[in-house]
Amino acid sequence: MEQLLTVAFLTSLLAGAVTAGVPLLLAGLGEQVSEKAGVLNIGIEGMMLVGAYTGFVAAWSTGSFWLGFAAGAAGGMAVALLMALLCVRLGLNQIVVGIALTLGAEGITALLHHVQFSRTYPRLPGVETLPIPFLSEIPVLGRALFDRHPFVYLAVLMVPLLVFVFRRTGLGLHLQAAGDKPAALDAAGVSVVTTRTAAVLFTGAMAGMGGTYMANIGAGLFIPFMTGGAGFIGIVLAMLARGRPGWVLFGALLFGASMALTTALQVGGVNIPTDVIQMVPFAAVMAVLVIFGRRAKLPAALGLPYVRGER
Amino acid sequence: MSATDQTLDTPRSRPPFGLTRLVLTTLAPIVAALLLSALVLALLSVDPVAYYAYVLRRGLTSWLGLQATLTRMAPLLCLAASLIMAFRAGLWNLGIDGQFLLGAVLVGATAQPLSTVLPQAAMLPLCILVAAAAGALWALVPALLKAYEGVNEIITTLMMTFLGISLANVLVKLLFLDPATTVPQTRTLPVADRLPTLPESTISSGLLIGVVAVLAVHFVMTRTAFGMRLRIVGTNPRAAVHAGLSVPALTIAVFCLSGALAGIAGAVEVLGVQGNVRADWNPAYGLAVIPLVFLARFNGVAAIVFVFAFSILSIGGESAARRLGVPHFFTLVVVSILLIALALAEYVDHRRRQRTT
Amino acid sequence: MTEPILSVRGLTKRYPGVVANDGVDLALMGGEVHVLLGENGAGKSTLIAMLTGLQQPDAGDILVDGTPRVIASPREALRLGIACVYQTIMLSPTLTVAENLALGEPWWSRPDRAKIAAELAAMREDLDIAVDPDALAGDLSLGQQQQVEIARALMRGGRVLILDEATSMLTPAGADELGALIRRLAARGLAIVFISHKLNEALAFGDRVSVLRLGRKVGELTPDHIAAQPKEATMAEIVGLMFGRDRAEAMARTPRPASAEPPILQATGLSLQVPGGVGLKDVSLEVAPGEVLGIAGIDGNGQRELAEVLAGQRVAAGSIRLAGEAIDGLGVGARRRKGLRYLTDDRHHEGTVGPFAVAENFVTKDVGASPFWSAAGLVDKSAIGAHAARMVADFDVRTPSVATPIGRLSGGNMQKVILARELTGEAKVVIYAKPTYGLDVANTEATRARILAAAEAGVATVLISTDLDEILALSDRIAVMSAGRIVGTVPNGPDARAAVADLMVGRVAA
Repeated sequence: MEQLLTVAFLTSLLAGAVTAGVPLLLAGLGEQVSEKAGVLNIGIEGMMLVGAYTGFVAAWSTGSFWLGFAAGAAGGMAVALLMALLCVRLGLNQIVVGIALTLGAEGITALLHHVQFSRTYPRLPGVETLPIPFLSEIPVLGRALFDRHPFVYLAVLMVPLLVFVFRRTGLGLHLQAAGDKPAALDAAGVSVVTTRTAAVLFTGAMAGMGGTYMANIGAGLFIPFMTGGAGFIGIVLAMLARGRPGWVLFGALLFGASMALTTALQVGGVNIPTDVIQMVPFAAVMAVLVIFGRRAKLPAALGLPYVRGER
Repeated sequence: MSATDQTLDTPRSRPPFGLTRLVLTTLAPIVAALLLSALVLALLSVDPVAYYAYVLRRGLTSWLGLQATLTRMAPLLCLAASLIMAFRAGLWNLGIDGQFLLGAVLVGATAQPLSTVLPQAAMLPLCILVAAAAGALWALVPALLKAYEGVNEIITTLMMTFLGISLANVLVKLLFLDPATTVPQTRTLPVADRLPTLPESTISSGLLIGVVAVLAVHFVMTRTAFGMRLRIVGTNPRAAVHAGLSVPALTIAVFCLSGALAGIAGAVEVLGVQGNVRADWNPAYGLAVIPLVFLARFNGVAAIVFVFAFSILSIGGESAARRLGVPHFFTLVVVSILLIALALAEYVDHRRRQRTT
Repeated sequence: MTEPILSVRGLTKRYPGVVANDGVDLALMGGEVHVLLGENGAGKSTLIAMLTGLQQPDAGDILVDGTPRVIASPREALRLGIACVYQTIMLSPTLTVAENLALGEPWWSRPDRAKIAAELAAMREDLDIAVDPDALAGDLSLGQQQQVEIARALMRGGRVLILDEATSMLTPAGADELGALIRRLAARGLAIVFISHKLNEALAFGDRVSVLRLGRKVGELTPDHIAAQPKEATMAEIVGLMFGRDRAEAMARTPRPASAEPPILQATGLSLQVPGGVGLKDVSLEVAPGEVLGIAGIDGNGQRELAEVLAGQRVAAGSIRLAGEAIDGLGVGARRRKGLRYLTDDRHHEGTVGPFAVAENFVTKDVGASPFWSAAGLVDKSAIGAHAARMVADFDVRTPSVATPIGRLSGGNMQKVILARELTGEAKVVIYAKPTYGLDVANTEATRARILAAAEAGVATVLISTDLDEILALSDRIAVMSAGRIVGTVPNGPDARAAVADLMVGRVAA
């Protein structure tokens, strides 16, 4: 145990937790906004994947990571737009459309990658970090948390931003009412469809950027099907966090840490199969649910399309 | 989310199944989806007509292809049965992939050793029971949490499915490893000991298990007192309490039955096709079957039709990938467009009927 | 004569197969409470939906201050000063009062809690609207929620306030309070539309009365006209307009003397803790065959808990005996088979399964029982269908067919279905919870007639109602519930009304 707790091990673990956690954070925060507004966004996996692809291609062809994120957001939003049209405007079944979009995104990104790169997997150069003065020099924590690509800081800043939006703005009230009592929002003269569409598009942008981060910064390359269920973990995080962005951050780091643990253990000289480690966060959350049996409370109108006059 | 809009159709409430309606709700979206997909093919500079013809031949019109398609249907039908059971009872069991894999892995671990001590007629049913038990057990935790604590089952089943996929891998790699091979996989069941094929064909008799499972679930849900109770619980839990039904007991029963059916799907796939389970094997059939079952509006017969169509595409697409150089993930694109087109058609049909009544 | 703030001319709305509004004219004056009366389905809701932008008229004009306007959305209606308090509360339960009041603000705004709290405080001074701006809307009583909605209408500069069946869920005292508030609002110059199907309320709170029937406006009684004749004459006139025939006299039952028969239902010392609710505190009651025990009280004082405990949906301390036999350990189904029935007050969410066919809803409490299911558990659809056909005829259920999803039926017809379900077979004791709540006059009468007929036939009846008139019309004895206790029981009779009212407000110890 002693040789485990070395600086190298802890640094590698924390750094890995952040790297793996940022996409989950973005997906979870995005999903949280959709769910607050009453849309169960199962298509988020597809949005991440499309964002990963568009973000990668943009960064690869322009050399700019920032353009990559912009393209990733746009890609995610394109899928989200479809979702919003079909589920929010027309009221189609959110599970069918969400899964269909995920399957389609898996197919289309793999296909495009095949057309463009055939069987090669070009790599992006490593990213330049923005060390934060003083903080980045703290042992262990500094390297892992405060010497990262600036996008990481922005992603974390989304947490207080969302807390502010949820609690202190008209938009926050609109979102909550759209999920809990859409008829009340409508009667107050605010369009439920517009509110929910905006929420879904925001989710798309966040998920898209999460995918971009996975490809461009996490892996440095795009591989078909690379999101591997991250979107679904985002859904779980959003549901468990019950509308509180801070909990998404905590959950994303927990899941990220477990994903990073394998690598870190190898650094520490212990060899445990990836699968065992990967079970840890899920088992931990299940254990918490079993022990505390919390009622994971969801918005009352979650998953239900809004039709004016049917209340 | 609720299942309230998907109730059983009593024969009298169903509007006449006219030709226009058939065209509108089924043929039009299929044609539209195929045309859209053709556009994608054309962009890949592949002749869409040749592609579709090939897919159709390898998935449906050639005997070899049809046999593969029908064999593929077996696990998908068991999964459809599992989902119809749960969804009609208003329980969103999104964890069937985990239940499926654990059923498969346990069968992979037990089938070959059992085949050395038991006659096939005893070994096969025993394996199916093992898989059913594994699936049911994996569904039990979400069931108990839902029944007694009201914890949302979408969260718990998704968690359990991730957990199950990892656990299946751990079991294959650490516990049930076949020492005779270098790749991590379970002991292989000899072909002779697998599920028998249907006479004069290579079609796995798992197909029969699948068809029977779907029809049995359909029958139970529409014709029996148990099914009626489940539908009441699924549609309106408060009315169920009011009517004196034990919602927790029914919830647990449904989850276990649904999990058992998903486990059986795993058994059917291993006993009929794979013969063993390789590490990291996860066909993720659940993700495909969930939307199919929704489109079938939880109707067993319709689900069989949708699963058949999906299997044709999937088998034909795999062949086309090898032959025409169109990657097999193109099938995903077709399925995705098809799902959305069918959902849209249902919406249009619904609107049309609302206007006329 | 002043100009109306809002007037409609020839307003027409057609739905497939029905003309919901047919050339309706209406003029709403500032400072006046305009009562809109009509049975369910008379077209009141459609008219309101068009005024508030939820529906668009097929023909006719809506004029605001004499100018024709198209009210395309609720937002547009609000902009024009037309606000509505709906029958179902339009507040988001997880937001606070202040947040709900800020809900209509644009998305980029910062909700100004202090300003809203100040405005609420001002309303408390002027109008006696008293709500805590920081309370969650979902935690407020219905009356308070309505006050929040009225406050919202005022804050938005509403000049026309529509109250859609606003009193239907309130206690008599709450309704009186609301009536007084309406008068104060009218005195401020607002034009009020008050929709109801309760005649006495209409006359107590209203200045002008318009009556709708089958989508048409069949009459309007001006303030002068109402003032010029005695109240009874006006009532008779309105009833004549509403139904097209005279049916003013309400049904009343002569209470019977205390029954000589031994009680069939005996509950002793029922106690129940409900987190956040009043629960039950040592409740005991007895009912004899053929006797009607009314349970009066303000809603939310343990009536629902009592009914659910008696029916077997909840478990409480104490004992319950049916025909001398202890039934505490039995569930809903077993008690039902012994003849104990419970008609819930929530026919939409608890009493029926909306998407299920009418036929299936007749048997949702008998799943698995013969003759509808075989011993092996297989359904006999023809038996269910035949039973349903018989019930539909017996109870005069108006439905296109027994295969129609019950959710498509009107509240009155739904009520007939669940009445039929509770009264068929060996019904010995029936607990009715607010059996006529939300029903129109015709269906109310039909339901009460059923309850009395069953009682005449020997059914022991527990009638829970918040409508004191209903209790007085039907009961032999009246128990009053308050804060989870039965605070007193009085025989029905000429003095009962005063005695019950005293018990309800705790003026006398029982």
